[in-house]
Amino acid sequence: MESLVNLMHGFGVLADPMNIVYMFVGITLGVLIGVLPGLGGANGVAILLPLTFSMSPTSAIIMLSCIYWGALFGGAITSVLFNIPGEPWSVATTFDGHPMAQQGRAGEALTAAFTSSFLGAFVAVVLITFLAPLIAKFALKFGPAEFFAVQLLTFCSFVGMGKESPFKVLTAMMLGFALAAVGLDTVTGQLRMTFGSVELLRGFDFLIAVIGLFGIGEILLTMEEGLAFKGKSAKINSKVVLETWKQLPRYWATAVRGAIVGCWMGITPGGATPASFMSYGLAKRFSKNGAKFGTGEMEGVVAPETAAHAAGTSALLPMLTLGIPGSPTAAVLLGGLLIWGLQPGPLLFVEQKEFVWGLIASMYLGNVVGLIVVLTTVPLFASILRIPFSIIAPIIIVICAVGAYTVHNAFMDIAVMLVFGVLGYIFKKLSYPLAPLVLALVLGDMAESSFRQAMLLSQGDLSIFWSNPLVGTIVTLALTMLFWPVISLAITRLRPRQATKPAVSLK
Amino acid sequence: MISKKSSHRKSDEDAVATHHTMEIAVALMFAAVAVVVMVDSNRVGNGWASDGPEAGYFPFYVGVIMFISSGVILLTNILSKTPNTSTFVERGQFTLVLKVLIPTIVFVGLIWVLGIYLAAAIFIAFFMAWLGKYPIKTILPIAILIPLALFMMFEIWFLVPLPKGPIETMLGY
Repeated sequence: MESLVNLMHGFGVLADPMNIVYMFVGITLGVLIGVLPGLGGANGVAILLPLTFSMSPTSAIIMLSCIYWGALFGGAITSVLFNIPGEPWSVATTFDGHPMAQQGRAGEALTAAFTSSFLGAFVAVVLITFLAPLIAKFALKFGPAEFFAVQLLTFCSFVGMGKESPFKVLTAMMLGFALAAVGLDTVTGQLRMTFGSVELLRGFDFLIAVIGLFGIGEILLTMEEGLAFKGKSAKINSKVVLETWKQLPRYWATAVRGAIVGCWMGITPGGATPASFMSYGLAKRFSKNGAKFGTGEMEGVVAPETAAHAAGTSALLPMLTLGIPGSPTAAVLLGGLLIWGLQPGPLLFVEQKEFVWGLIASMYLGNVVGLIVVLTTVPLFASILRIPFSIIAPIIIVICAVGAYTVHNAFMDIAVMLVFGVLGYIFKKLSYPLAPLVLALVLGDMAESSFRQAMLLSQGDLSIFWSNPLVGTIVTLALTMLFWPVISLAITRLRPRQATKPAVSLK
Repeated sequence: MISKKSSHRKSDEDAVATHHTMEIAVALMFAAVAVVVMVDSNRVGNGWASDGPEAGYFPFYVGVIMFISSGVILLTNILSKTPNTSTFVERGQFTLVLKVLIPTIVFVGLIWVLGIYLAAAIFIAFFMAWLGKYPIKTILPIAILIPLALFMMFEIWFLVPLPKGPIETMLGY
């Protein structure tokens, strides 16, 4: 009940008309970012972050999170119309979305995609509203050992749940930690891995890494494919929307399943992309029309979109309550909070009540606004996509350079961004995952300091991580996650007769 | 990966590198980075000082884990009986990537000399002319309007200064 009262206060914060304007601006920019190759939720928010420094934190986070909702919606447009996933999490949407567009049912596909995105996000926001205060209250009792345990769980789940080779996940993650350690060590005041360079003193800012890895890397990948946009045009009018809405209730089971998968994968940092594939796979297995999936089934659009949006939204839950982001974009938003002097974590719910509930209220409103914006502006965004790549690419590169520069007003950062771009290209091609790298870079200092504090408390004795049932459970769970690839292998070995479950093709 | 294979000439499809070689090269790179991390953490001290863990305490183990995991990737690739000899990048693709990468590197260099606005104008114009083969009358408006829009947005609207060069100084900014 208390949550509802707080939520009402949150809506009060939103009543400021400027915040509503920022919301519309954010959604529109977000859809644009989601539609354009090379710009995505994470690096789009990273680039626009410096522009919000002059705003009040509440307005700024409303606009930035709306950019995020917009990007989530925007990914579906390119998937359906152009068969090019604008975002990794909309790859699964192409499977049935594009065939529908080819049959001339683009309007239906898009309406289904947007509506189910909205539903997925709505479920996740309701979850945040009621669960976040409880988790925050619980986490107030956390000491350094507990915090490190939760962080360990975050990182170990990448190993256990990632579809990439666990060693590649580990290697990429450790690179993130190593880069985070570069620069001045705040505890001892010693310089680490700067090798006498003044530029390295600042260390590596993850915003630069995000812009390079996701922005420049993506441009290089797109270029390689010699991209020729051959899109289907879409007409969405109220008749198509209403017709589609009449059909959608049939797929409620798929939507509910998608939302649950999405929320789970978002809170534990599985992320939106695996969530969308998992939801698609489950829908295919359980649907009566499973065999027809891939030929233009609306259900095949509903499943991944609900899950992706639910995951994208619920990734903010651990970010707000524990200060541990569930996705790269949530990590960038966390970076923003830190810059505005707000320390995410349990105390945020006590000290910055207005900010937190304003943000949560904006999630409700932002998704409604988002649904309206995308349904009305699809033709506009589709025409932006028809602008040839040789015009869009240099503009995006320029925007990335500007974004990298504005983080610290440092020229070197632009060069560093370029290096990260090349790395991003190579890592993507060799399927080294980028998300753990980015999260390790963001959380590196925090994880290190909580580890050090825990070690100080116990005088270097690792048994502090099993000193009480809470921390012990989390650490044990984390280690289970870490060794999950080995454990699951052992289980399948032990039961050779049982048919392995039909794997969902991820490529 | 959603890839659109366009009709390349035969030589364009030659592999510049195979996945196998790239895997080994990248794993070696990671191992080298790991060694650097470990050596440097050792330098600042990876043990226990009187006031608690030393600066290299945490990064040292980061280096160790990175070394081990990249070592496993390296060994599995070298010892693999069925190496993945599929193409990492085809010659045609590689040329396309370089066609973007090299002008971008030059662009970053130009920002240093000319400031970001002029460099952006030159970069966009060059890119459109060279890769897009657009006529001047299409190139000029875009190459001028985009940097101008950036200028309005950053210098005037949001008051965020971007790197400027001699031209902007001449104009009094």
